[in-house]
Amino acid sequence: MIVDGIEDEEKWLAEGIAAVQQNAFYMLRAVDSDNLREALKYSAQMLSELRTSKLSPHKYFELYMRAFDELKKLEIFFKDESRHGLSVSDLYELVQHAGNVLPRLYLLCTVGSVYIKLNEASCKDLLKDLVEMCRAVQHPIRGLFLRSYLCQVTRDKLPDIGSENEGVGDSVMDAVDFVLQNFMEMNKLWVRLQHQGPGRIKEKREKERNELRDLVGKNLHILSQIEGVDLELYRDTVLPRILEQVVNSKDELAQHYLMDCIIQVFPDEYHLQTLDVLLAACPQLQPTVDIKTVLSQLMERLSNYAASSTEVLPEFLQVEAFSKLYNAIGKVIEAQIDMPIVGAITLYTSLLMFTLRVHPDRLDYVDLVLGACVKKLSGRPKLEDSRATKQIIALLSAPLDKYNDAVTALTLSSYPRIMDYLDNDTNKIMAMVIIQNILKNYTCISTADQVEALFELIKGLIKDIDGSSVDEVDEEDFNEEQNSVARLIHMLYNDDPDEMLKIICTVERHIMTGGQRRLPFTVPPLVFSALKLVRRLQGQDGEADGEEAPASPKKIFRLMNQTIEALSSVPSPDLALRLYLQCAEAASDCDLEPIAYEFFTQAFILYEEDIADSKAQFTAIHLIIGTLQRMNVFGVENRDTLTHKATGYSAKLLKKADQCRAVYACSHLFWVDDQDGTKDGERVLLCLKRSLRIANAAQQMANVTRGSSGPVTLFVEILNKYLYFFEKGNPKVTSSAIQGLVELIRTEMQSDTSTPDLAATAFFNSTLRYIQFQKQKGGVMGEKYDPVKL
Amino acid sequence: MNYILGAFKPACHISITFADEKNRKKVPIKKENGQTVMVPLFQSQENIVGKISVEPVQGKKIEHNGIKVELLGQIEMYFDRGNFYDFTSLVRELDVPGEIYERKSYPFEFSTVEMPYEAYNGVNVRLRYVLKVTISRGYAGSIIEYHDFVVRNYSPLPSINNSIKMEVGIEDCLHIEFEYNKSKYHLKDVIIGKIYFLLVRIKIKNMDLEIRRRESTGSGANTHVETETLAKFELMDGAPVRGESIPIRLFLSPYELTPTHRNINNKFSVKYYLNLVLVDEEDRRYFKQQEITLYRLAENSS
Repeated sequence: MIVDGIEDEEKWLAEGIAAVQQNAFYMLRAVDSDNLREALKYSAQMLSELRTSKLSPHKYFELYMRAFDELKKLEIFFKDESRHGLSVSDLYELVQHAGNVLPRLYLLCTVGSVYIKLNEASCKDLLKDLVEMCRAVQHPIRGLFLRSYLCQVTRDKLPDIGSENEGVGDSVMDAVDFVLQNFMEMNKLWVRLQHQGPGRIKEKREKERNELRDLVGKNLHILSQIEGVDLELYRDTVLPRILEQVVNSKDELAQHYLMDCIIQVFPDEYHLQTLDVLLAACPQLQPTVDIKTVLSQLMERLSNYAASSTEVLPEFLQVEAFSKLYNAIGKVIEAQIDMPIVGAITLYTSLLMFTLRVHPDRLDYVDLVLGACVKKLSGRPKLEDSRATKQIIALLSAPLDKYNDAVTALTLSSYPRIMDYLDNDTNKIMAMVIIQNILKNYTCISTADQVEALFELIKGLIKDIDGSSVDEVDEEDFNEEQNSVARLIHMLYNDDPDEMLKIICTVERHIMTGGQRRLPFTVPPLVFSALKLVRRLQGQDGEADGEEAPASPKKIFRLMNQTIEALSSVPSPDLALRLYLQCAEAASDCDLEPIAYEFFTQAFILYEEDIADSKAQFTAIHLIIGTLQRMNVFGVENRDTLTHKATGYSAKLLKKADQCRAVYACSHLFWVDDQDGTKDGERVLLCLKRSLRIANAAQQMANVTRGSSGPVTLFVEILNKYLYFFEKGNPKVTSSAIQGLVELIRTEMQSDTSTPDLAATAFFNSTLRYIQFQKQKGGVMGEKYDPVKL
Repeated sequence: MNYILGAFKPACHISITFADEKNRKKVPIKKENGQTVMVPLFQSQENIVGKISVEPVQGKKIEHNGIKVELLGQIEMYFDRGNFYDFTSLVRELDVPGEIYERKSYPFEFSTVEMPYEAYNGVNVRLRYVLKVTISRGYAGSIIEYHDFVVRNYSPLPSINNSIKMEVGIEDCLHIEFEYNKSKYHLKDVIIGKIYFLLVRIKIKNMDLEIRRRESTGSGANTHVETETLAKFELMDGAPVRGESIPIRLFLSPYELTPTHRNINNKFSVKYYLNLVLVDEEDRRYFKQQEITLYRLAENSS
C-alpha cells in the first residue's frame, strides 16, 4: 500500500510538472507577443498546479521549483512597461483579479517585487501589503512555499544601509519588520504542519517537517545579512521578537531548530552581548527540547570566538559570560525536570570546555562547574547510562587535557566527588585516563596530600570496589591497569626526604588495601621507590641515620618489611623473596646489620616455607647466593649462619644438576674478590669438590637410568670455576687439580657410553683454548698455568 | 420580379442621429439577438436632441397620416413577453399628414428629460430607453423605427457609509467575525475587509467570497426571484487556526455589476449580496450572506 502511495505520488508529480510546462509554454508565447492578459491567464493556470494537496513536501518542492523558474521569466516581462503597456501600479491591481488565491498571491509577489525594484511607491507599504496578503494561504505546505517565494523575490530589494531605497522614508527597520513578520507566519504554519493528516503518520509528518525547516530558517539568515541590523537593533528588536516567537510556538522541533539557527546565523559578537536575553529564553522552551545541544553549540561557538583573537577576551569578562552561562544552565536543568541526566552532564561538559578555553586561569570556575555537576548527580544511584558515563569521562578529561597537569585536577575539590558517581568500570577507565595523562606529561606528584587525593581518584584501580565481581575482569586489562598504577608510583617524587617518606607511607596505606591480585604489581615499585629514597639518604648524610630523623632508613626498612610481608602472604613468595633480598642489600649498604639479617631471615623463611617448585627454588637459591655474596655488613657469626644455610639448601635441591650448580655457586660465598672480603680457600675447594662429586653421581645416575652417561657440561662448568679461583690465587686450587679435571673430562667424552653433545664439546674446547692462551701469554699468569699440561 | 420584391421592402429608410453623437460616450448593450452594439449614453435631466431623416426608397413616395417621435422608458418582463410597461413616454409630432417624395429631416428635442431609472438587462426583466419614430399610414400599416440608448445615473458619495461588522458562528464549532469596510460600494470600488477566526473546530478547506445578484420581479404572489453568482473569489486556502485573521481585498471592476435597484416602479428590484462561504473537508458549506449597496459614481469623481 505504501508502495502504491509512492507510485501515485510520482504520477501526480509528473502530471503536475507536465501541466506547469504546458502552461508555461503558452505563457511564454504570450509574453513573446507582449500579450499581458494571455500571459496572466496562463501564468495563473500554471500556478494553479501548486494548489495540489497530494504531494509530499519533497515532491512539492520539485514542482515549486519548476514554477519558480518560469516566474522569473514572467518577472522580466513585468518589469518592461513598454511591452505590456500597463503601469506597475495598475499591474499590481490587475493580478489581484485572479479568482484563486494561490496563483493570485504568487503573481502579486512577483509584481510586488518589480514594484519595489522600480522604486515608485513606498517600499515599506508594499512589503507590508505583501506579507499581510499572504495570510490568505493557511495551508501549511502551500503557505510555507508561498512565503518562501516572497522571501526569495524580495531579499535583494529590502531597504538596507546603502540600498537605493534607503532614506526615502524606508528604513532598515521596515525590512526587519517585514522579515520578522514573514518569519513568524512561516513558523506558525510550520508548527501547524504537525497536526495535518491522521495521527498514525505522525512520524512521517515530523520527517517532512524537518525537510521544510530551512524554509523557515531562511528568514533568519536573511535577517542576519541585512547590514543595518547592528548590535543595538539586534539586541533591542530582532532577537527579542524572534525569541518570543520561538517560545510561543511551544513546539519541540521548531524550538530546537530555531535556537540552533539563531546561534548559527548571527555573529558571535552579538551572541556575547545578548547572552542574557538568549539564555533567558532557554528555560522557557518545551521540556522535551534538546536544549543541551543548542547550548553546547552556543558555548562551542563562543569558545571558538574567544580563541580566534585575544582581543575579544575582555568582552567576555565584561559581559560576565561565564556566570551567565552558568546560571542559565542551572535554570534550564531546573526547568526541564525530565531531562535525562546525560543532558545535564553534556551541558556541564560544554560549559567546562568553554571555561577552559575562555578562562583558563580560573580554576575556581572549573571547580564551580564540577560542583554543580556533583549537585545534580547527588541523590542518584550510580550511573548506568553509557552515554552519561561517556559524557562524564569527557567532562573529567577536559581539565586534564587542557592543563596537561593532573596536579591541577587534584586541587579541584569536586573532581573526586564526581568520580564517585561512576560505575566501577567507568571509574576505572577514568582512573586510567588520569594515569595516562600523568605518564604522558611526566607530571610529578610531589606532595603527600596530592598523592592522597590522586589515590582517592584512582581508587577504582587500587582496590576492589564493593559489589564488583573479580571473575569478570579481563586478565589482560587488569594487568595493563595494574602496570599503569605501577608506573604511576614512580611518578610520585619529592626532593625532600621527609615529604617523600610521607608519600611512600601514603602510597603504602593505599596499595595495602589492594588485595592479592594487585599487590604483586604495586608492591615492587613502592619498594624500589623507597629504596631509592634510602640510597638518597645514605648519600646525603650517612651519619645522621642514628638519630630519629623523620625520614631515616630504619623507618623505611621497617615499613618495607611490613609491605613485603603482605606480599608474601598473598602469596607471591618469589617476588617477596626478591624484594627482601633487595632490601637486605640496601640495608647492608647502610651498614644496618640487624636489619639486613632480618631481611635475609625472612627470605630464608620464605624459601623454606613457600617456595616448593624446584625450578623456583633453584632460581631463588641463586638469588640468595648472589646477594649474600655481595653483602659486607655481616659479622663472622651471622655470615657463617647465612652461608651455611645457603650451602645447605643448595645441596638439597632436587635435581642433581641443580644441586651441582648451586653448590659450585656457593663457593663464591667464601671468596669475595675485594680487599677485605672473606677468602676461605679451604671451603671454596670443599664446595668445588662437593659439586664434582654431585656431578659424578649425576653421571652415574644417568648411566643407570638411561644407559648413557649424561652431559659433561657440568664438569666443564666446574672446570671453569676451578680456573676462576685458580687465577684469583686461591692456594687450595692447584694446577694439578685442574690437570686432573681436564683429563677426567676427556675420558668422559671419549667413553662409549657418553652421548655426544656439541654444545658441551664446544664449551670444553673453548675452555681449553683459554687455558692455552693463558699459558702462552706469559707473565705471572703464564707461569701460573705452566704446570698445567694439556 | 422587381415589383414583387419591392412590395416587401420598407418603403423608406429612417435614421435617427443625436446632435452630439460623435462626442458622446457609447456603451455596449446586448440586443435580443445576442449581438452587442454600441449605443449612446445619457443620464437623467439631459436634453436629448437630434434629427430624424426619412428617405423614401428611390422613386417612391410615402403617404402618411403624420410622423411622431416618442421617447419611451420601458420595463419588460420576460415571462410576460411583449407586454411593455412604459414608465416614461414623451411625444413630439414631427409632421402633419402628407406625402414625402424625397429625403426629409426633422430635428427634435426633448429637454431635461426625467429618466429616473437606469437601463438594466437582467434575467427576467429589462429596462430600456428607446426613441420610437412612427410614420402612420392608413392601409399599409405604420412604419416604425426604434433607436436604443442607455441611461446611467450617477450617485454622489453616500454621506453615511458604515462598515459591515458581524460575528457569526455555530456553537462550539466555528466562530468568526468578519468586517467589510463599507456597506455601500461604487462599481469600481474595492472591498477591503478581514475575517477573524475566533473558534475553529472544523477542518476548513477553503473560503470564498461571492458576489450574488438577486433580481426580484413582479409583486405579491407573482414575485419571481432569480439569484446569480457573479463573482467567486477565493479568500483563503487551507485551514486557519484560532486567532488568525485573513485579509479581504476584492476589486469590483472586473465584474459586470449594476447599481442596486430598489423597487423600480413597483416592478422589480435588483439587490447585491456578499456571500462568505467556508467549505470544510467534507465539502459542507457554511455561509453568511450580507447585503451591500452598489451605486454608480461619476467616473471622474472617484
